[in-house]
Amino acid sequence: MSQDTLNKISEKLNQHFGSDVLVAELLYDFPCFTINHTKIHEVLTFLKNDEELNFHFLTDLTGMQTADEKQLGVIYHLHNMMKNIRVRIRTFVDINKPDVPTATDLWPGANWMERETFDFYGVRFKGHPNLKRILNVDEMDIFPMRKEYPLEDQSRDDKSDKMFGR
Amino acid sequence: MSKKENKNPDEVVQEKEYSILNLGPTHPATHGIFQNVLKMDGEIIVEAEPTVGYIHRAFEKLAERRPYAQITPLTDRLNYCSSPINNMGWYMTVEKLLGAKLPKRAEYMRVIIMELARIADHIVCNTVIGQDTGATTGFLYLFQWREKIYDIYENICGARLTTNIGRIGGFDRDWSPKTWQLINDFLEGFPKAFREFTALLERNKIFMDRTINCGPISAEMALSYSFTGPNLRAAGVDYDVRVATPYSSYEDFDFIIPTGKSGDTYDRFMVRQQEMWESLSIIQQAIKKMPKDQPTHADLPDFFLPPKEQVYNNMEALIYHFKIVMGEMDIPKGEVYSCVEGGNGELGFYLISDGGRTPFRLHFRRPCFIYYQAYPEMVKGIMLSDAIITMSSMNVIAGELDA
Repeated sequence: MSQDTLNKISEKLNQHFGSDVLVAELLYDFPCFTINHTKIHEVLTFLKNDEELNFHFLTDLTGMQTADEKQLGVIYHLHNMMKNIRVRIRTFVDINKPDVPTATDLWPGANWMERETFDFYGVRFKGHPNLKRILNVDEMDIFPMRKEYPLEDQSRDDKSDKMFGR
Repeated sequence: MSKKENKNPDEVVQEKEYSILNLGPTHPATHGIFQNVLKMDGEIIVEAEPTVGYIHRAFEKLAERRPYAQITPLTDRLNYCSSPINNMGWYMTVEKLLGAKLPKRAEYMRVIIMELARIADHIVCNTVIGQDTGATTGFLYLFQWREKIYDIYENICGARLTTNIGRIGGFDRDWSPKTWQLINDFLEGFPKAFREFTALLERNKIFMDRTINCGPISAEMALSYSFTGPNLRAAGVDYDVRVATPYSSYEDFDFIIPTGKSGDTYDRFMVRQQEMWESLSIIQQAIKKMPKDQPTHADLPDFFLPPKEQVYNNMEALIYHFKIVMGEMDIPKGEVYSCVEGGNGELGFYLISDGGRTPFRLHFRRPCFIYYQAYPEMVKGIMLSDAIITMSSMNVIAGELDA
């Protein structure tokens, strides 16, 4: 995967979606696009159904939280197996209104991956057939992967680690 | 007189009563801790609802507080039937981030250990299919050879199941002559035992009747459910990460990707059988091509403990020793996705580094978790006993499922 691939996909996306493609970059041999969250479903549909691009395989779908803790991200890894081209699509939404359209209508395999993302980060996938927690218990009332929940209780003093600055 | 009797008998709608069956969470036939709530019509499954997460250990959260070298033990516990592949996959992700270039010798050694792990993984899956269809012999017989693979791991790194084998950048030391001896013994002895196992099941009429057309999945459906690995290849799609995006010098070796046709239990079994032969051939090629007199690790002083005599006598080595043990290394900022062909399919690592001592975000693409969601659809309308062997042929490993 090289700059040429990036340019080719970028050109096609810009032609159809113009200003909704916020960033197009090459990160370690991976063409990577940041898409406006209102257009994410259209972009995924286009990438899947376009005859030339044909990203028919959803490799991975996951979430993240930005460093300023104000936005949640959803990251899609798509794959065209015939030409062996991969692409990463990212979209960011406000943490107080984390609504993203579901991709289960395009790939049934997105079902559990979206449930996992909801479970960890609380991204609400609109139109998902069964959006409930999957790995954590149903009674849990927080989204544990968010940065506001540190792994260990910071107020504990029995595990002080001042020596090494942690 | 009750109201029911007043009704015209023709108008009474016969309501079918289904029974609910809990398969799991701890059931000997599920080979792991996950539950299936089955709606049964007699012995036919009408609906299945899997519940997962019983051994969820929050690895992605744990990884956000651990230095890079300390994340390796977490990856051990994903697919614990083939831990070395997970370890190597993680090292390659970090090496991609660092831009490290490994010497050929280290890469070939990795190939040998990964293919041994693949054989161990497939032994578990295939013998368990035999076990679930009633052939215990193969299970007990081949597990001896899995133990011999574990002896090889033990000789290299001291651990058997959760291996933590190698280091970021290669291997911490060269393998001993004893290790090479064990590998050679395995290569000599295993094909004979494996041929006997093959003769026991591959063309066995009872086994074939039992597994052919059991839990099939079409290629289109497998692709739409993001299947990878042997399960996708059994459906007829020749996608293998080792060939599509070669890593660790897999392009130097000559091997074929076995595929099936109908994606049923028998095809999944046969694909794994063939893959074991291919793995054996890859190991032999790697030993033959193995370059001598090369270091077994890349030039990455940040990830290799200096030799002890230097640590005791030399200031710089002492500093490095502490920096490495405490995980205070400089990591570049970046965002990488790297994948390897695990025992069950494409095992991906999506890593975002903000330059700190721990990852900012680490996501494991676990093939089991992704393809297990197709299970309810695959078992709809088949018998309970067929659903059991469908599950064992899919090789769902609880550790990888729940992370």
